[in-house]
Amino acid sequence: MSILVDKETKLICQGITGRAGAFHTKGCLDYGTQVVGGVTPGKGGQTAEGLPVFDTVTEAVEQTGANATMIFVPPPFTADAILEAVDAGIEVVIAITEGVPVLDMVRVYDRVKRSSSVLIGPNCPGVITPEECKIGIMPGYIHKKGGVGVMSRSGTLTYEAVWQLTELGLGQSSCVGLGGDPIVGTSFVELLQMFQDDDETEAILMMGEIGGTAEEEAAAFVKEHVTKPVAAFIAGRTAPPGKRMGHAGAIISGGKGTAEDKIAALESAGIVVAESPADMGKAVQRAIAAHK
Amino acid sequence: MKIHEFQAKAILREAGVAVPAGIVARSRAEAEAAFKELAQPLAVVKAQIHAGGRGKGTIQGNPDQHGVQLVRSAEEAGEVAEALLGKKLETIQTGPEGQEVRQVLVEAGCDIARELYLGIVVDRGASKPVLMVSSEGGVEIEKVAEETPEKIFKEPFDPDLGLMSYQARKLAAKLGITGPSVRAADKFMRGLCKVFVNKDCSLAEINPLVITGDGDMMALDAKMTFDENALFRHNDIVEFRDRSEEEPAETRAAEAGLSFVKLDGNIGCLVNGAGLAMSTMDLIQYHGGMPANFLDVGGGANVDQVTEAFRILLADPKVKAVLVNIFGGIMQCTTIANAIMEAYQSVGFNVPLVVRLEGTEVKEGRAILANSDLDIITAEGLTDAAQKVVAAAQGK
Repeated sequence: MSILVDKETKLICQGITGRAGAFHTKGCLDYGTQVVGGVTPGKGGQTAEGLPVFDTVTEAVEQTGANATMIFVPPPFTADAILEAVDAGIEVVIAITEGVPVLDMVRVYDRVKRSSSVLIGPNCPGVITPEECKIGIMPGYIHKKGGVGVMSRSGTLTYEAVWQLTELGLGQSSCVGLGGDPIVGTSFVELLQMFQDDDETEAILMMGEIGGTAEEEAAAFVKEHVTKPVAAFIAGRTAPPGKRMGHAGAIISGGKGTAEDKIAALESAGIVVAESPADMGKAVQRAIAAHK
Repeated sequence: MKIHEFQAKAILREAGVAVPAGIVARSRAEAEAAFKELAQPLAVVKAQIHAGGRGKGTIQGNPDQHGVQLVRSAEEAGEVAEALLGKKLETIQTGPEGQEVRQVLVEAGCDIARELYLGIVVDRGASKPVLMVSSEGGVEIEKVAEETPEKIFKEPFDPDLGLMSYQARKLAAKLGITGPSVRAADKFMRGLCKVFVNKDCSLAEINPLVITGDGDMMALDAKMTFDENALFRHNDIVEFRDRSEEEPAETRAAEAGLSFVKLDGNIGCLVNGAGLAMSTMDLIQYHGGMPANFLDVGGGANVDQVTEAFRILLADPKVKAVLVNIFGGIMQCTTIANAIMEAYQSVGFNVPLVVRLEGTEVKEGRAILANSDLDIITAEGLTDAAQKVVAAAQGK
């Protein structure tokens, strides 16, 4: 078991003929992911990375049985691409694209939530179940199969944490990048539920950042519903208020969303909080040890 | 992206949202003419800078001159304009360096019966835009939110439906608005929500929002910021961009597609990914150093962008050491290694450089650096990198 994706997952890439789409499709193929095709409107019938290209997601699903997609189309077209995948019945929709207008995501969010699809992202690195299925842009070699479920708003910070875990001999069940935008398809709380329900996941590592209240909501959920050891890290402890730290969501405004508030909420839920970004792997070890 | 008050009011006026009559002036003579044209007994001269707190803010070297002042004659309007234009206005938001006033807004005075607050943001929790109002107008809304959150009323709305009339009436009732003013409130609120959606705002704030003696609702101040990611479909908004109001290094970075925020320390940071960039800042402080900036080169940065990033960092005379922390995903370590070589040759490093590479093509990337004759301090892992750069910045 794992969450969202595994060796049975059949993946297509929307935007497969673009530079990034092609490059990362190859990366996923090399990792061993079952990539079955791609979609680029107007390029149906061609091949890319040795895979069939379709004009529409519906055709791709009909002809390949795809049940997951990764989206690399440019930001103005991302909302359309997500809804096209949902319309075609794709179960796991992973939007990598960075720079999608926030109000586009407001419109998309409601429609996705009313469907049976799960949306991860946008502005995210993707999802990987180590040694089974990699969907997205993360470097595969840093991962190792195991029992830690990893989730984060940030791509490279996730790689950093995974690398620390792997160096400590702690493998991962699945690693999910939620995305750094104010509105993303899936929240920490929803993923906590998935990891809690997954037999293979023994512990959970969550990386949050300043801004918003997603980490506080996650802390409250852990307190009530999660029986597995949980460790966390909050990025932006030293960020000044009122300055947006790259991610559209990462801003302390009106005294809300500070790292201190989030850390206090996490600790009160019994979550082990890493002191520094170099301490994330060890924090998971401490959480597991404290749980025994 | 931020715009000026007079620009925001122009957008509102065009959309049928009530604002006072006003004219922009860039000289004493223009301000005098503006007062005459408004033909009112009373007007307000308002300094136009992007930062807030203008009313309480003062002109540097002239502490009696505030950024907003009532005037009663054309001559007085001219005098105030002269006292503001070309001078630096220091407010709670500009910091001690202040911001030069390049234009003033001369606006007709209005008869204020009540001052209210109105703001629209995209609420992450609700995943929708939310209209917020409060009876506590004219004051800092953050304070109201903190101390008396029960005085703020909220209505989330669907971007395509817009704010419904019943929602506006509900909010008006909570604010104690009655009689004909309810209609004015309905028109104002729905109009503003429509502008918010149509222009892809990230924030619209009217503080104070006033009810006039005649029972009309009007925006006495207007602050609007726009979603940078949606500017591709708003050429009219892009034209409002005022680069002189923005931090030059941040502008330069934005033009190169980099995300940069200037900070006060002496360790320049170049990192890929916002989360890792924030964490790198945290780590530098954890080890006793101070970051000079937040700089995210993004996922798909090319050699030119990374070179430009180095130039921006090295242009800051406060920077005593630079840390490159790259965990390659989309970004290949070979890209950053080549960029370091190129930046070294084109601008020259005058401070120590600590490089930590991990991720995609890390072996090849490290080999490029190892085979060069550059004086680079390499680091293994985060802690090692932070310790080395903090020591280097201290001249150790």
